[in-house]
Amino acid sequence: MGGRDTDVVLLDENGVRCDGRRIDQTRRVEIRAGVLRNAHGSAYIEFGDNKILAGVFGPRDVHPKHMSDTDTGILRCRYHMSPFSVTERKNPAPSRREIEISKVIKEALEPSLMLEKFPRTVVDVFMEVLQADGGSRCAALSAASVALADAGIPMRDMVCACAAGKVADTIVLDVNNEEDQAGQADMPVGYMPNMDRITLIQLDGVLTPDEYKRCVRTAVDGCRQVYEVQKKALADRFFGGGGKEGSGDGA
Amino acid sequence: MAGARHQNVMPGDVITTGPYRPEEHTVLDGKRILATAVGVSEIRDDSVRVVPLAGMYYPRVKDFVIGKVVSHTSLSWELEINSCYVGFLPASDVFGRDFSAHADDLTSHLAKGDMVAARVANFDRTRDPLLTVQDRDLGKIDIGELASLAPGKVPHLIGKNGSTIRAIEESCRATLAVGDNGWVVITADDPDGLLKAERAVRMIDEGAHEAGISERVRSMLETG
Repeated sequence: MGGRDTDVVLLDENGVRCDGRRIDQTRRVEIRAGVLRNAHGSAYIEFGDNKILAGVFGPRDVHPKHMSDTDTGILRCRYHMSPFSVTERKNPAPSRREIEISKVIKEALEPSLMLEKFPRTVVDVFMEVLQADGGSRCAALSAASVALADAGIPMRDMVCACAAGKVADTIVLDVNNEEDQAGQADMPVGYMPNMDRITLIQLDGVLTPDEYKRCVRTAVDGCRQVYEVQKKALADRFFGGGGKEGSGDGA
Repeated sequence: MAGARHQNVMPGDVITTGPYRPEEHTVLDGKRILATAVGVSEIRDDSVRVVPLAGMYYPRVKDFVIGKVVSHTSLSWELEINSCYVGFLPASDVFGRDFSAHADDLTSHLAKGDMVAARVANFDRTRDPLLTVQDRDLGKIDIGELASLAPGKVPHLIGKNGSTIRAIEESCRATLAVGDNGWVVITADDPDGLLKAERAVRMIDEGAHEAGISERVRSMLETG
């Protein structure tokens, strides 16, 4: 069921995947906050071989004016893949896929943001994929959330994202490009860890109800791991990597 | 987690589950009070708030702000006030009640690029902040150097009962007009004093969350 024929051994008899990971292991995740000077907030993520920059502007005046909402601020997201992000040159014009991903990322971030505090304004989030390696929407969403926190946009919680999927009849965490192409299912999940709410869930493939539940649980575990990296990135940016001790020097 | 008076927080972090009133940059979720911004949480008496380390200025009525004229219509000026909204200064506030849109030229008083010290007279969700210059020490700023820091760090620049800002002013022989929007106009006769005051503002902007920042600023002022 599902998946393309491939010569790659996706999962060997020892439970080791094609890139050497265990089934419950994410790829290497690294995030840096505040990397762009001209944006109000920014972040750079390396998620496996994904390399993505996210920049945030706002809240600011809405142009065109007719898009503004007198009751609340609005969020606009643009997910874009650079022409050099994939092996074959990608046409820089927004593709159907990029438009879809921009939409789902916007809807995944919205529950976390308190835009009702800024009526008649817009927050713009730009995500530029410099190098793609499967799971780029999750990586872009995680970077965007850090960039929003870096910009000081009020938010109820961070949004962290990670995918899970079914490869060689096994539920695995964080599917990579090969597993995505040749595997049986791919499920990106966006999650607010403190509110315990899922803000994004998509499924490409076929799963039984039991597999579906296990897949969600696995993805949420991955999201929690990404959340720790997000927190570290913000701590490095604002507290010089310091912990929770606080200061107490205020007026 | 409850009980710590100050702690570094990030959006979504639980500050306390105690019976406190959630104030600025916090949100109540059931019994938990969560932070909504990166900053330092403060539990004071019966309330909890977060002093954010990032973010724009959000206008409040009676705030003192430093603004920059960006444009004007025949009836008012628009001022950039380091916020997501532009400040709106009516011409009648400067020209007086006998202002005439036909006879008076707005640029004769305030031109594009001029700096203005103003107060927020009115602001709500439905319209842009209304500014006024009808008070003592308000109006056009003729001389000075503009410095800026995150709006949430303005209380750190002022210090307990104004101790930090007084120390800067005395040590640098400078005058600091500190806007609640994070913009500061420094005036000093001595260029070295001006540079020192600028350095002090920058130090507070970069290290407001760190312990003992006031002492470090004071030692910098003393040693030069």
